[in-house]
Amino acid sequence: MSQLDRLAGSAHAIEVEGLVKRFGDTTALAGVDLAVRPGSVLGLLGPNGAGKTTAVRVLATLITPDAGRAKVGGYDVVREAHQVRQLIGLTGQYASVDDTLTGTENLVLIGRLLGIPRAAAKARARELLDAFALSEAAGRATKTYSGGMRRRLDLAASLVGHPQLLYLDEPTTGLDPRGRAELWELIRGLVADGVTVLLTTQYLNEADSLADDIVVIDHGKVIATGTPAELKAKIGARTLEVRPADEVDVRTVVAVVGELANVTPEVEGGLVTAPVADPELLPIVVRRLDDAGVVVAELALRTSSLEEVFLTLTGHPADEVAEEGITA
Amino acid sequence: MTTISTTIAPPRPITPRVSPLEGLRQTMTLAWRTLVQVRHNPWELGDFSIQPIMFVLLFTYVFGGAIAGSTGAYLTFALPGIIVMNMLFVTMYVGTGLNTDLTKGVFDRLRSLPIARWAPLAGRISADLVKQAWSIFLLLGVGMILGFRIGTNMAALLAAIALILLFALSFSWVSVLVGVIAKDPEKVQIFGFTALFPVTFVSNVFVQTETMPGWLQPIVKANPVSILADAARGLMVGGPVATPVMQTLLWAALIAVVFAPLAVARFKRRV
Repeated sequence: MSQLDRLAGSAHAIEVEGLVKRFGDTTALAGVDLAVRPGSVLGLLGPNGAGKTTAVRVLATLITPDAGRAKVGGYDVVREAHQVRQLIGLTGQYASVDDTLTGTENLVLIGRLLGIPRAAAKARARELLDAFALSEAAGRATKTYSGGMRRRLDLAASLVGHPQLLYLDEPTTGLDPRGRAELWELIRGLVADGVTVLLTTQYLNEADSLADDIVVIDHGKVIATGTPAELKAKIGARTLEVRPADEVDVRTVVAVVGELANVTPEVEGGLVTAPVADPELLPIVVRRLDDAGVVVAELALRTSSLEEVFLTLTGHPADEVAEEGITA
Repeated sequence: MTTISTTIAPPRPITPRVSPLEGLRQTMTLAWRTLVQVRHNPWELGDFSIQPIMFVLLFTYVFGGAIAGSTGAYLTFALPGIIVMNMLFVTMYVGTGLNTDLTKGVFDRLRSLPIARWAPLAGRISADLVKQAWSIFLLLGVGMILGFRIGTNMAALLAAIALILLFALSFSWVSVLVGVIAKDPEKVQIFGFTALFPVTFVSNVFVQTETMPGWLQPIVKANPVSILADAARGLMVGGPVATPVMQTLLWAALIAVVFAPLAVARFKRRV
């Protein structure tokens, strides 16, 4: 069967059913279902310890699941692992480049391992280093690279073999805002080329800005799925914060915000917060508070943190975030 | 930044498995990678070049006169053993390198590629054999400059080198096991030194067994390092060959049979 027939045979580039993976007493995946359409970006969103990386490792054939099945490009990740490996590129916290080699050597190494002849492997390395603004550092050992340069090289390394599917496991964790913006631009370029992307992230805005579909997971289970718009409508992707100048007005603010956002706002130390789906709400809130004669000391509409999304979806805070930080 | 025509090339034909020939080529590529690392880390080159030369110089000129009466006589006795000792220390690079790959995530990248599962390990061990050969020739060269002479013939010398490399191949499995178990590369080094120093010094590498206390002699005689050193001496300088060579081969087989399955089992558990 040719690759195209296989893809035509299944509507999805990645199909996952009831995936279970345990490590000792810990259940990393407790029955996960996923489906990724060819050419789309799926954002796998969740806190540290939610099972995102475990899912990627199963799909990258690095570990075998305890139960359930997963198909990538129509091939089973356990029985047809070698075929799967020919379709994928992996970038992330667990797939790294060699510190002691130069940028060029790292990419040539992978090209050679993929069976590309030496001259072509070198040309491919040059092409990727150019595209990722690493030409100047091409001859330097990777250990001298900045965090952003390393991530770009990691990404380039996963592209040497022209993968049809790209796994990006927390590609921007630990990067500064500029590095993150640069990497987002690169990822958008890849998506425009038609590659299918599985992206894991702890950042709601990252999934929001890059993904076509989002799957939220927690404790190894899928707790929400949908397009960014659907999820935002469901959970309120933004958080409105209002602090009246006079604490006496808190009750009025709660009433106004509660009515407009259609939720019960939280009050903490004179600050009223509420999740809102529609940014258009802000001017209306301002007008209504003005009408009510409330003087506002602080007013903000910000992107909800993952913490707040979790609170909305599960009713419990994403405690792992606080415990483990962003080191893993 | 230029546009990235980085993905979606005409799809390559999907193959069901890696052919042994491809696996061999991948092994060579990974061995190349390990050797290129040395170029970027001259300290490692010093480790397996300067350190053994230091040993030769120290033992020949500081202890040689006291141990063997003259530095020339001592060099003839000690050099084959020093080559054996150095071989054991160099095998530790397999473990440290493997551990670095495992802890830094390089190994996961390699395993996500459509390459033979055994290629990364085989590549490390092949690269190690190149380092071993380099060390042996370096030590022989330095020894010759200082007055060491081959007492046998070329064929015997080549047999000695082959025997030492074969033992290195077998002992690499110990290094692989340590590399897989250890938490970080430094721990592999620490193990290497704490375990290998007593094993190499409680042998006949530096002094004749007969000069040691009676209770220690059986241990020294049973030590495979002594046996291999004897075999190397016999083949390079002259003397009994058959028995030590046979015993060396048995030891090499025994070490491989015990440690290769252990290392592979722990390896599969870790990755």
